[in-house]
Amino acid sequence: MNTVLRSAARRAATRVGRPKRRTYAPYTGNRKLNTTEMEHPVETSIRKKLIENFQPVHLDVINESFMHSVPKGSESHFKVIVVSNKFDKVPLIKRHRLVNDVLKEELQSSIHALSIFAKTPAQWSTSQTVSKSPPCQGGAGL
Amino acid sequence: MISLFRVAASLTRPNIHRILSASYALSAEQKTRLDSMVNKEKLVVFMKGTPEEPRCGFSRAVMEILRFHGVDQNKFVTYNILEDEDTRQGIKEYSNWPTIPQVYMNGEFVGGCDIMIDMHKNGELIEELQNIGIRSSLLDDPEKKV
Repeated sequence: MNTVLRSAARRAATRVGRPKRRTYAPYTGNRKLNTTEMEHPVETSIRKKLIENFQPVHLDVINESFMHSVPKGSESHFKVIVVSNKFDKVPLIKRHRLVNDVLKEELQSSIHALSIFAKTPAQWSTSQTVSKSPPCQGGAGL
Repeated sequence: MISLFRVAASLTRPNIHRILSASYALSAEQKTRLDSMVNKEKLVVFMKGTPEEPRCGFSRAVMEILRFHGVDQNKFVTYNILEDEDTRQGIKEYSNWPTIPQVYMNGEFVGGCDIMIDMHKNGELIEELQNIGIRSSLLDDPEKKV
């Protein structure tokens, strides 16, 4: 009996003294952030910024670095597919500029190649094909 | 938890490449030089490698598209930015476009590889080429699939 009381008191004390710290994972659309993603800071940050800026109805951030002559686990070559209402009536080149602008920091620091597919939901519903990235010609990092 | 901190730290840590590339601004001479480079021909491509030997898949794709439209090699000029660091950085500032290849028509920036592929697919490229006086061979060969 005594033990039960004591442990209950201890639990209460812990609750009062040290409120449990809550950690919130950043919002990543309908996908859960897992440990693997936490170890991919560039990909995570690209995803986060695109979601914040375009509220995409569909988003793909694909790390294609493995296709190129860069060390294993690199985050240098990306393909992003952003389907957003914000691209409505915006010319293609302007859409690319919008995406480039949002990812400016990453482009200056870590991204070596970025392939962009920026579509409106209407375009996306008619065709969901995205062309394959070309094979590497060995010039990466040159 | 530890990995969370590590990620946060790596995101905020200033990175040497960022410092090196962030402070790049074009001088007046560089601007004039690039102006004349993009106007060298009606069609100009800044790429990695040469048309015969592209050093990057995206640059190769642009060359393949032009070849597909039967654009003769003497109709356009290419610059190999791997051999010219000044141009490599300068052209990105000039067009405010972060990646290579870059295509210019009549001195105006048209886009990179993705945009060329898109214009090729939706037929716009035929018109754009026509605007600069180049007749796409696809017009004469309707059999060829776009």
